[in-house]
Amino acid sequence: MSATLRASKGAPYARIAGAGGYRPHRVVPNEEILKHIDSSDEWIRSRSGIATRHWAGPEETVAEMSLAAAGKALASAGVAPEQIGAVIVATVTHFMQTPSVATEIAHRLGAGRPAAFDISAACAGFAYGLGVAKSMVVEGSAEYVLVIGVEKLSDFTDKEDRSTAFLFGDGAGAVVVGPSDVPAMGPTVWGSEGDKADVIAQTTPWTEYRDGEVERFPALRQEGQTVFRWAVFEMAKVAAQALEEAGITADDLDVFIPHQANMRIIDSLAKTLKLPEHVAVARDVETTGNTSAASIPLAMERMLASGQAKSGDTALLIGFGAGLVYAATVVTLP
Amino acid sequence: MAASKEEIVAGLAEIVNEIAGIPTEDVAEDKSFTDDLDVDSLSMVEVVVAAEERFDVKIPDDDVKALKTVGDATNYILEHQG
Repeated sequence: MSATLRASKGAPYARIAGAGGYRPHRVVPNEEILKHIDSSDEWIRSRSGIATRHWAGPEETVAEMSLAAAGKALASAGVAPEQIGAVIVATVTHFMQTPSVATEIAHRLGAGRPAAFDISAACAGFAYGLGVAKSMVVEGSAEYVLVIGVEKLSDFTDKEDRSTAFLFGDGAGAVVVGPSDVPAMGPTVWGSEGDKADVIAQTTPWTEYRDGEVERFPALRQEGQTVFRWAVFEMAKVAAQALEEAGITADDLDVFIPHQANMRIIDSLAKTLKLPEHVAVARDVETTGNTSAASIPLAMERMLASGQAKSGDTALLIGFGAGLVYAATVVTLP
Repeated sequence: MAASKEEIVAGLAEIVNEIAGIPTEDVAEDKSFTDDLDVDSLSMVEVVVAAEERFDVKIPDDDVKALKTVGDATNYILEHQG
């Protein structure tokens, strides 16, 4: 017979309690990118809006960058490491298949023995992690969840591919998700489109590189026009659905933080969504480049630090990338 | 109701004006989107999506690459409009 089980009991609602970011010390201007590709500063800026990006040095590993961002997020949330019940790390550039980097981060933070795992959802990874963290807090499997988006894309970039060499940057962003008395994270609208798996992908599997079938170390490649069309027009529908499911309209928004893929995508997305003028739009891509899973928390942290956004603001977040995968939600900023 | 060739060219002119800021009278069938009308590869996607909505036509990404001039796009829409 089926025994009667005790139901789990979580918080009534969840919220983002604090955010932090880490940008590597070395700033890389377009001039440096141009040593390897036949292009121009003007072309790069007009196609991407990117002027500079940060590239990590040898000491700035995925784990080190994550620890720096996580420390700031914990401090801003006023949460001690031992209160963390789970660590979720979204990344595609931790070049160690196993164990996950989340366990190392949990250990080195002094978080004790929390649940810890990595997720692979490319540029939507942070937004995926946020949705999972909210579910955990409300379900009761963790009181506080540390969600980190981190990338070292400079290791995963073909510096001679003139369509992508200028796009990517390195960095880490983190938030602490915890209990709330009022709804502060809307429903997650997420999904995947595996029929478009080849639109953004690693050039070749590691095993082909190992076996000498290709000479070049695998890197990210993408079909720019296809990605642009999907990111602007399909993602506008997803973003609009996230607003609707949160029970608000664009007029109620203070801040829009899309994945910082490319300024052209950000601008067209904001235009397609018909965001009112008062909505502050994240444009961190100009000086941070596209940092995949790290881009949303990095942009969030910078907007809060610079005064472009403030605690209590209502923000629409949307991540989208290789898979293809996407996730959008409306949150109250910490 | 299907649009005529003249209506399509005029519609594309309005779209290019909206997206790239080119005066509508400068948009003619022999003009190249990239070379004459300041429409780069990403703006071209916006032109295509606007044209799809306006003329009830589907223009897959693989076909977009072949649309070099306003005339190319006009003929494509004439042949494929719903």
